[in-house]
Amino acid sequence: MARIIKKEQLTEDIVRFDMEAPIIAEKARAGQFVIIRTHEEGERIPLTIADSNPEKGIISIVVLRAGKTTCNLMSMAQGDSILDIVGPLGKETEIENFGKIVVIGGGVGIAPILPITKSMKRSGNYVVSIIGAKNSQSLILKEDIASFSDESYICTDDGSEGFHGFVSNFLSDYIIKSEKSKNPKNIERVIAIGPVLMMRAVSAATRKQRIKTVVSLNSIMVDGTGMCGACRVEVNKETRFACVDGPEFDGHEVNFELLISRHKMYLKEEKESMDQYLKDHECKLLKHSI
Amino acid sequence: MNNENKKVKVPRVKMPEQPAGARIKNFKEVETGLSEQQAVEESSRCLQCKKPVCIDGCPVEIDIKSFIKLIGDKEYKKALDKIREKNALPAICGRVCPQEDQCEKKCVLGIKNDPVAIGKLERFVSDFGENEKIGESKISLQNNIRSEPGKNQHTSENITIKTAVIGSGPAGLTCAGELAKMGYKVTVFEALHKAGGVLIYGIPEFRLPKSVVEREIEYVKSMGVEIILDSVIGKTLTVDELMNKYEYKSVFVATGAGLPYFMDIPGENLNGVYSANEYLTRSNLMKAYIFPGWDTPIKKARKVAVIGGGNVALDSARTAKRLGAENVYLIYRRGEAEMPARIEEVHHAKAEGIEMIFLTNPVEIIGENGWVKKIRCIKMELGEIDSSGRRRPVPLKGSEHDIELEVIVMAIGQGPNPLLTSSIPGLKLNKYGNIEADEAGKTNKKGVFAGGDIVSGAATVILAMGAGKVAAHHMDEYIKTGSWL
Repeated sequence: MARIIKKEQLTEDIVRFDMEAPIIAEKARAGQFVIIRTHEEGERIPLTIADSNPEKGIISIVVLRAGKTTCNLMSMAQGDSILDIVGPLGKETEIENFGKIVVIGGGVGIAPILPITKSMKRSGNYVVSIIGAKNSQSLILKEDIASFSDESYICTDDGSEGFHGFVSNFLSDYIIKSEKSKNPKNIERVIAIGPVLMMRAVSAATRKQRIKTVVSLNSIMVDGTGMCGACRVEVNKETRFACVDGPEFDGHEVNFELLISRHKMYLKEEKESMDQYLKDHECKLLKHSI
Repeated sequence: MNNENKKVKVPRVKMPEQPAGARIKNFKEVETGLSEQQAVEESSRCLQCKKPVCIDGCPVEIDIKSFIKLIGDKEYKKALDKIREKNALPAICGRVCPQEDQCEKKCVLGIKNDPVAIGKLERFVSDFGENEKIGESKISLQNNIRSEPGKNQHTSENITIKTAVIGSGPAGLTCAGELAKMGYKVTVFEALHKAGGVLIYGIPEFRLPKSVVEREIEYVKSMGVEIILDSVIGKTLTVDELMNKYEYKSVFVATGAGLPYFMDIPGENLNGVYSANEYLTRSNLMKAYIFPGWDTPIKKARKVAVIGGGNVALDSARTAKRLGAENVYLIYRRGEAEMPARIEEVHHAKAEGIEMIFLTNPVEIIGENGWVKKIRCIKMELGEIDSSGRRRPVPLKGSEHDIELEVIVMAIGQGPNPLLTSSIPGLKLNKYGNIEADEAGKTNKKGVFAGGDIVSGAATVILAMGAGKVAAHHMDEYIKTGSWL
């Protein structure tokens, strides 16, 4: 059980929850996630830990409205309790003083990029952050990310703020520009979290220069401890479990096509569940596909 | 002598069951239980042997002769108490133990006739009468661990000694019960959101109702055992922290066989391919058979194949049937005689229309648009005897054939999940990743014991329980004497 201490609406479709979870808060490292269940009949879903405060015993999760479970979660109020929360799960992000690194967050992926940005900055890295969203209203945590970055950039699909285009296009331009600059500092690592298509595009953008690119895969999960295999992904032609071997993997080795395909496994059931939910509840309709 | 002849003439009781045609449409228990009259009559068949060799067949040494006599005397509560002297989970064992390989195999009556239905009688006793389901209390890990060090301060003259058990499956629950009986403060740490391990996620509702599991667990808790859910030892807390920071004097690792095995054949990651662990966890723990009433989905396909020949494979196949499959194939690489599954369950499965395909093995899964379309199999023949003592299956060249399917469940075995074992520095494991433990359950780490499937590999509920019992007594010895070797 975890009580919701604070609920903050970040955008129309994104909510941030601060929850009471002292032991998870103490243990959580950047890159790790929790699995939650909101009620007895509910599913188990993974959510990356966006922030943790060991002194206060609080962790934060940032949720994007995507289907019945997230709609249900977003309807919970301050003071309510989430029935089950387990974590921290998954392998933590490799944090080291690599040199110059680029962190990229797309949409709700900006939330898990924040703790990574923080840790990387505190470890002495020169941090370049690129965050992107559909439009200006959908951007989250701008100031937080910028405060831990040496250079920070914004991209929007519709050009309503910052660079007009995808983060991957911005990155390609950035790489070319920095190669041509007077004192080029090599980009040692790129970390990208966001929609699968975004992570695939970022990995493609860094392949030629062979810049190590780390992505965080958002597979469907059930237990989260390596016991069922629902989260199987293919990395370097081998099967891996995203929940225990990941969730972060080398973007140049990930079979993104398979991940995209496996995401579709329950589209029919997800729609059925959502249709049923909408009959009894008011919830903003899905605007984008899952 | 006359009495014995009379007993011999009475045939073994037939367990009432739902007819196959009806039961494949529901998840209710297949075997509905003996009536009081049937139980008393069956108990009268027991010869009350001077030397009850049936007890030798029981991994936890239940006093079978005595509890059967008590049934004959209609003292059902006393019979239950008698069983509980040795076995904390009788309603479960009565349903899932392979008695035909254990107590009933040794039954003297069984030499010339059918053995006494010991298992059915155990179940009768544990189901009979008031077994109130006390409301499930959820102890929050977050608050509890915090308050642990404080609690010890205000005990009476006796210092409460803390012991920890990791995993709330049969081995863990049994060990915990024994430790509680001996006066220790016991905390069981469970990774999932419900206790029971395989009892709750692995064995289906129609073989072992979850209300029965919950009832048995409440009994264990009533002995003074505390179960903390949603706690993954190895992630949330480590064994090292439990023993040093939180002062648990000894730890029993009972994390089971929680790693799904795949065949590593092409196409295994296509949509529609499940490990048996996932398929059963969705159906049993997450109650996906109630979807959309419960939120977790499971694919309800018309044509399903389950690969394997053990109880897990049969459970998966019978679940698929109940989810509405028209054709459920059980594909097994050996023959029927070599199947490790309980004969009783094979019989039930056949009656339910599961089609058994023997001496056949998959070689490739072929898909279309990311989904399973068919499975390519090869015929096998049995060759030389291998290390398992069974004849080794050998593929017959040129016998490849395809079967059109939508869902495939891999039920070829479950291994030790490395999440916990890799978090204990220096813990000795065998080449498969199982924990190396001696007959007392001792590992190579001082104070750390292990038992159940994490040591033996996937086996039975009752063997796990036996291991839990043995370890509890050795943990007691270690705590009292401080001697490790």
